[in-house]
Amino acid sequence: MATNPKAPPKTPLPVPATHTKLFETLVELIRVTSTNLPPDVRQSVTTALEKEKTGTAGEYAMKVIQRNIDIACGVSQPLCQDTGSILFFVKTPVGYDQITFSEVCEAAVAKATELGYLRQNSVDSITGQNSGNNLGPGTPTIYFEQHRSEDLDVRLALKGGGCENVGAQYSLPDSRLGAGRDLEGVRKVVLDAVYQAQGKGCGPGILGVVIGGDRSTGFSYSKKLFLRLMEDTSSDERLAELEQRIMLEANSLGIGPMGFGGNTTVLGVKIAALNRLPASFFVSVSYMCWAFRRQGVKADSAGAIKEWLYT
Amino acid sequence: MREIKLTLPMTEEQVRLLKVGDMVLLSGVMFTGRDAVHKHLFEGKSIPVDISGSAIYHCGPVVVKAENGEWSVRAAGPTTSTREEPYQATVIEKYGIRAVIGKGGMGSKTLTACKDFGCVYLHAVGGAAQVLAETVKKVRGVSMLEEFGSPEAIWELEVVDFPALVTIDAHGNSLHAEIAASSEQRLAEVLGPKK
Repeated sequence: MATNPKAPPKTPLPVPATHTKLFETLVELIRVTSTNLPPDVRQSVTTALEKEKTGTAGEYAMKVIQRNIDIACGVSQPLCQDTGSILFFVKTPVGYDQITFSEVCEAAVAKATELGYLRQNSVDSITGQNSGNNLGPGTPTIYFEQHRSEDLDVRLALKGGGCENVGAQYSLPDSRLGAGRDLEGVRKVVLDAVYQAQGKGCGPGILGVVIGGDRSTGFSYSKKLFLRLMEDTSSDERLAELEQRIMLEANSLGIGPMGFGGNTTVLGVKIAALNRLPASFFVSVSYMCWAFRRQGVKADSAGAIKEWLYT
Repeated sequence: MREIKLTLPMTEEQVRLLKVGDMVLLSGVMFTGRDAVHKHLFEGKSIPVDISGSAIYHCGPVVVKAENGEWSVRAAGPTTSTREEPYQATVIEKYGIRAVIGKGGMGSKTLTACKDFGCVYLHAVGGAAQVLAETVKKVRGVSMLEEFGSPEAIWELEVVDFPALVTIDAHGNSLHAEIAASSEQRLAEVLGPKK
């Protein structure tokens, strides 16, 4: 059998002169996201540290985590060496050229990799060859939508492999867990996902949960939920209640920071619902590690930053 | 929680004194080794460094070379250890290592090898790449760099007060097994009876 030829490495296209500002903005967005956790996440980490008993392994893990966050920001280096999946969530004005945006975005990713803000993290699944610049089929991921505004809204989340590996998708009913097609069933499977993850997802984690959709829309929307602020709750009262209940019950499992045991197993729970087919009832659970790297900018149509979105 | 300072390499007696839950601060020389290295050692192939008595660290560090030729470590957090579960017991037995450092814990084969041959599993805090990189004072050398590439190479790191928690000791105890059991029991309570 012939071996697969190695795919030629993908090199970014030159950045057009009209887009140099956008290119700079995207490189800076990647640097800040990789090295500096946003204030709402830092606040959650501080609260979690305060909740652990003095002298326990859980407190010890939270102290190391907090120190790591401070050092990374001070030296402007990636706070975790796994800079993870690169997920862009972009809103553009109506009629904006998204093709050029994608090309500039790829150039920015390659540059940020060269500068060491991103690890070389894109591997050919057949040959095992690392592309070396984070570009290749499927990497980076850019989700586009249009909005009725003159500005660009660009958000980025970096999600490490350890936490991605503990994500789970359930199809209800689930007889192993006795979980039916209702919110009570959803509660059961989400708690099971937290139990299964133990400390392997670098907890305390943040859960993005989508009820319904199909296998792909459920998972992709569950990641979009990481754009919500730590302190917010679902605008749907039933889901807000479920978020709070799962958070309390997950923390009562005692898995604790890094699975060392302790009071905080999850820092937050975000739930949303999509319509489903009558035949399907998926619950998609994405787990984000404590190194919850997400940031965003509002920029003018040329790409100049107007404001940072998580400050 | 006890805080214990240890110097690598260690003796079997020193290792047997450690208990699950002890916080250790390691100083001395440790070696990185992840997937490629474990497979290589498991197959009985030789390496150019003597790792007996020392620690193997599941880590693919970010290392840069300065103009004067010195290496420096920029980020050095642990990677998930379970991938080495098929190999680790053999590596512990054949190469006489006294500590395995990583994250996420390991399974029963490694637990048994730790007990039989006098080794511990030390859990570093996942994601804490900067805290851990700070403890690396010098890169003493690197082996298998050409063959395996930088993240998979054997980096010989001189560390001072590298922090980790004993989660598998040399007496058959595992914090991972304990937490899994207690959280499973609690999970059954919060889920309630199956309908």
